[in-house]
Amino acid sequence: MENQTFTISVYSENNVGLLNRISVIFLKRHINILSLNVSESEIENVSRFVIVVDTTEKWVKNIVGQIEKQIEVIKAFYHVDDETIFLESAIFKINSCLLFDERQIQNIIKESHSEIVTVSRDFFVISKTGRRSEIDELYAKLKPFGIMQFVRSGRISVSKEKMEITSLLEELQS
Amino acid sequence: MRITGAEAIIRSLLAEGVDLVYGYPGGAIMPVYDELYKFKEELHHVLVRHEQGATHAAQGFARATGKVGVAIATSGPGATNLVTGIADAQIDSTPMVCITGQVGKHLLGSDAFQETDIISISTPVTKWNYQITEAHEIPEVIAKAFYIAKSGRPGPVLIDITKNAQFDELDFSYKKCTNIRSYIPKPTMQLDQVAAAAEIINNAKKPMIVFGQGIILGEAEAELKAFVEKTGIPAAWTILGLSAMPTDHPLNVGMVGMHGNYGPNVLSNECDVFIALGMRFDDRVTGNLETYVKQAKVIHFEIDPAEVDKNVKSDVVVLGDVKETLAAILPLVESKVHETWHNEFKEKYKTELETVINDELHPKKEGISMGETIEMINKHSKGDAIMVSDVGQHQMFTCRYSKFNSTKSNITSGGLGTMGFALPAAIGAKMGRPDREVVAIIGDGGFQMTIQELGTIFQTKVPVKIVVLNNEFLGMVRQWQQLFFDKRYASTEMINPNFIAIAEGYYIKAKKVTKREDLDAAVAEMMASKESYFLEVLVEKENNVFPMIPTGASVSDIRLS
Repeated sequence: MENQTFTISVYSENNVGLLNRISVIFLKRHINILSLNVSESEIENVSRFVIVVDTTEKWVKNIVGQIEKQIEVIKAFYHVDDETIFLESAIFKINSCLLFDERQIQNIIKESHSEIVTVSRDFFVISKTGRRSEIDELYAKLKPFGIMQFVRSGRISVSKEKMEITSLLEELQS
Repeated sequence: MRITGAEAIIRSLLAEGVDLVYGYPGGAIMPVYDELYKFKEELHHVLVRHEQGATHAAQGFARATGKVGVAIATSGPGATNLVTGIADAQIDSTPMVCITGQVGKHLLGSDAFQETDIISISTPVTKWNYQITEAHEIPEVIAKAFYIAKSGRPGPVLIDITKNAQFDELDFSYKKCTNIRSYIPKPTMQLDQVAAAAEIINNAKKPMIVFGQGIILGEAEAELKAFVEKTGIPAAWTILGLSAMPTDHPLNVGMVGMHGNYGPNVLSNECDVFIALGMRFDDRVTGNLETYVKQAKVIHFEIDPAEVDKNVKSDVVVLGDVKETLAAILPLVESKVHETWHNEFKEKYKTELETVINDELHPKKEGISMGETIEMINKHSKGDAIMVSDVGQHQMFTCRYSKFNSTKSNITSGGLGTMGFALPAAIGAKMGRPDREVVAIIGDGGFQMTIQELGTIFQTKVPVKIVVLNNEFLGMVRQWQQLFFDKRYASTEMINPNFIAIAEGYYIKAKKVTKREDLDAAVAEMMASKESYFLEVLVEKENNVFPMIPTGASVSDIRLS
């Protein structure tokens, strides 16, 4: 079986220590997490983890089974890229002089559909949301001018198919 | 009722029906011990000699009774000393609740005296763990702990309680936990899966069953027996499934796995339908997965969805509690005999008898064999004893040759292979089942890993029988060195102390046997003793356990010598 990129979505209770409990499942198998995002989900008091890994389908199945088995996990799913809509966000901090000295930068910002978040005397900040490749492309274009700071978020994703969480919760609570 | 957190802990344990706990006091758990002192009539605390012993004793208790075992320790080293037992309970699905003291909430994360982050340390080896920092959380969290430990596929739970939460007061009321919304203890039985399994079983020509500890944990012994007897299918056990059916049952065909019986191992790769009941296809059972049961349709009865297709791909999965699923399939399966197929097992057994078993049970060598010692214990126990084995060669001999008439009688560290398990586990087993004879079979290596629990035996007067099979080697490792490392016996020879003097130092009756002619009388004396008894048997130094599936080999390539 070949390695593939999988997005694992975990719905869980919002409890201290659960992140640790989930991350050891990857550690135990020596699998590197490529990206991790934890946030509130569409359901009150239910957290959603989005974890991206590069592994085989057999492994991801095992991992999802082990995750789902954790007491405070409500349900876990895995998807390949085609089955999800996914995005990442990035923020670039750049020296303000460049905005005026290097006209090209303005074009780069425009063409990349990124946004200027703030401009101050010393620096300006732009943000870009999109696919990893688009962010990488923007990064590559800005790099030669000098980037003061760069940070990229983990992947966030929604599945094209339904993930039956609300009905499952109702069932569990009844 | 307004009480302290420490008292609430005791009252919560009592509400769960606990009357026996194992533990060791220390600074961060002192308020609880103060309450144990006040409640000593209702809740018996056994002072072990090392916290690891508390976990193994709790495990032994749980394995012998089916109830949740409880271990208590202080923070820091007290808590970390529990970890081996917790890991053992996790991999062998043993219901256990561990309670640890922790430094006060205001000191958390400050590297305070005897502070360790036991929550992080225990996370990978617990079914659930939780840190209580406020007294009012105590009853609800302890109720959850017991529910999680015992329900579904059982396992260990650790509750870490800060010292302030033990001192502070709360309004106490206790409600047992019966539901956690994010936790499904057992999947609902699907009747279509049961029907699909029944159809395959009814059409099978050469089916075989391998049952594991799931039968014992699910208390499905009667359902198993009915299923095996109706279908007439040869039934083998895994090491932890052993004793779920009486060993002398005519449809039993022995043990699978690395040192299991020849027939069920080889015929796993010749059957046409392989029925796995409450077992998880451990690598010590399957050998090389690439060549394991490839020819057969595999039916897996399993409570834990995470075990499905983990190691072996199943054709039909029957999810659910094996007690329910076996009861459901019984009316759907046809009565059969499978005589010719049984004869294949009998033939293979004959081969094993002639090449391995006879030599082991009736050795011609001068030295005593481990197998004949177990056989001698069988003679005197008549198969009614609980056998608690440690880890190594003696463990394999115990599991290969012990006779069992009833369930929950074979207690051993299966998945983790924890040397030092047996002595404290035997204490727990005997306290849980005082009506039964409990015999611990231990090697000279493992004995010295938890030897201090002789002190617990002396102090509590628990009448366990201890047999040390002394070959003056770490025998299993030595066997591997002989077979796979060209007899380079690196650090496996043991220069042992005078075990008799040590046992007698703890005022335990002790005897050493070095000659075959003395074995019968010594075992008889031990079994007849009303008190604890220590028997050292000096056995042949360089005997090997066979059959053996070398690591990575196919079950078909099991070696008889």
